Amino acid sequence: MTEAAPAPDTITPDAAAKIRIRGLRKRFGPKVVLDGLDLDVGDGESVVVIGGSGTGKSVLLKCILGILDANRGSILIDGEEIVGADADRREAINRKFGMLFQGSALFDSLPVWENVAFGLLARKRLGRGQARDAAIDKLSHVGLTADVADLFPAELSGGMQKRVALARAIAADPEIIFFDEPTTGLDPIMADVINDLIVDITRDVGATALSITHDMASARKIANRIAMLHEGKIIWAGPVADIDRSGNAFVDQFIHGRAEGPIKMAVRA
Amino acid sequence: MTPLRVVGRVVLDFFASTGRLVLFALTALSHCVRPPFYFRSVGRQMVEIGYYSLPVVGLTAIFTGMVLALQSYTGFARFSAEGAVANVVVVSITRELGPVLAGLMVAGRIGASMAAEIGTMRVTEQIDALTTLSTNPMKYMVAPRLVAGLLMLPLLVLVANTIGVFGGYLVGVYKLGFNPAIYIENTWDALTTEDVVSGLVKASVFGFIIALMGCYHGYHSRGGAQGVGGATTNAVVSASILILSFDYVLTELFFAR
Repeated sequence: MTEAAPAPDTITPDAAAKIRIRGLRKRFGPKVVLDGLDLDVGDGESVVVIGGSGTGKSVLLKCILGILDANRGSILIDGEEIVGADADRREAINRKFGMLFQGSALFDSLPVWENVAFGLLARKRLGRGQARDAAIDKLSHVGLTADVADLFPAELSGGMQKRVALARAIAADPEIIFFDEPTTGLDPIMADVINDLIVDITRDVGATALSITHDMASARKIANRIAMLHEGKIIWAGPVADIDRSGNAFVDQFIHGRAEGPIKMAVRA
Repeated sequence: MTPLRVVGRVVLDFFASTGRLVLFALTALSHCVRPPFYFRSVGRQMVEIGYYSLPVVGLTAIFTGMVLALQSYTGFARFSAEGAVANVVVVSITRELGPVLAGLMVAGRIGASMAAEIGTMRVTEQIDALTTLSTNPMKYMVAPRLVAGLLMLPLLVLVANTIGVFGGYLVGVYKLGFNPAIYIENTWDALTTEDVVSGLVKASVFGFIIALMGCYHGYHSRGGAQGVGGATTNAVVSASILILSFDYVLTELFFAR
């Protein structure tokens, strides 16, 4: 089973995939992290990639976002190749993206509203006054009031920081939103609140979503489709309803959180 | 084989890191001259480097000037050449001690804080977040700091020179008993444009080095709190060593006949 070829349903029949990844390879020195990964995300779909810690989920997102350069393979966004694209093309494509970072990654030197409006200000779409109004509007989408706009990120709780980061991710009305472990470090209730927000927001904005997580409760809630990453490849992908009868020993071990099974946890990264 | 291998490894590492640093500097410089410009960031950094370093640099300068007057007096008294004290103070301060000591103090204050701030932004993914928000981190974070360092250090050194010479005057007049008018006249006579300008050019180079080292080590820090701590140390140590070595190179360029 370790040599499993991508399951046929890894590839959606929809030819107009929003994100189409083929044969993606990324290694750091001798360590191969992504080893010929294939994944499609259809327009308006929410795909969650699950997998153990250190399996390269974050590396996958960083390759798509252009923070890391892939060694080989192809990533098409709306049919446009971004592996090896020059900086200007990259920046243009990045404008379609919104990203929620695992640790929120808010700029701690800027007040909340400037964090949310950062992308808008950077693109010079709006003046500072208008950008502030737009930021307060986005904050209301994530259940925060105008009171927090002038606070600094360090003055907020972890859950509120996550909400602000979510508001920042959707501020420029992105076509594709990436969520990096959106519920990590939150209590179960706050995690569920964030999950609900993600579902509502992606539906309202009509955005395509690609998330990575190892929180199965979160994955079941926000996904249309789940893909499992193991040893640099997608070893199973299918509708969220099928996850409990995948017939895949790796997936079964992961979703039930068993130490015994075909997946051996590496101690060193 | 092993000692040879170690030597080879060290030499290769040295060239690799020099190359990385030069590439980093050139990329950052190219962003300094291409729009968009972040004037707010430049302004904020100028205040941080120029204004908030004034107390540290001023205190350093005044004690340096005072000690210099005292020491040179003891030395020159042996040759009955006490009159040269004002001369020595003003030339040493403007040519050497003003720029170098201000540079070293600012390296400790600003180089460390830049490395810590950018390093923390790196390990908390804030630099990655900039990229996803259509903002080039080199342009947004590094370029404004380089520009501010380049512009503010000469101004700081101008202030440091004045305070340092005044420190020498205080000791000369109130402790060593020089006539104030003669001391000032001797100072004016010894002061040349070339001395001051060469000091300010040095200051500009040092300001660039401080900001570059702070940004470079912060930008490439890895591995959480420990990595940021290491970056801070490296920024201060490398900036200080580069300041002292470039001081020699620039002095050679200006004054070697």
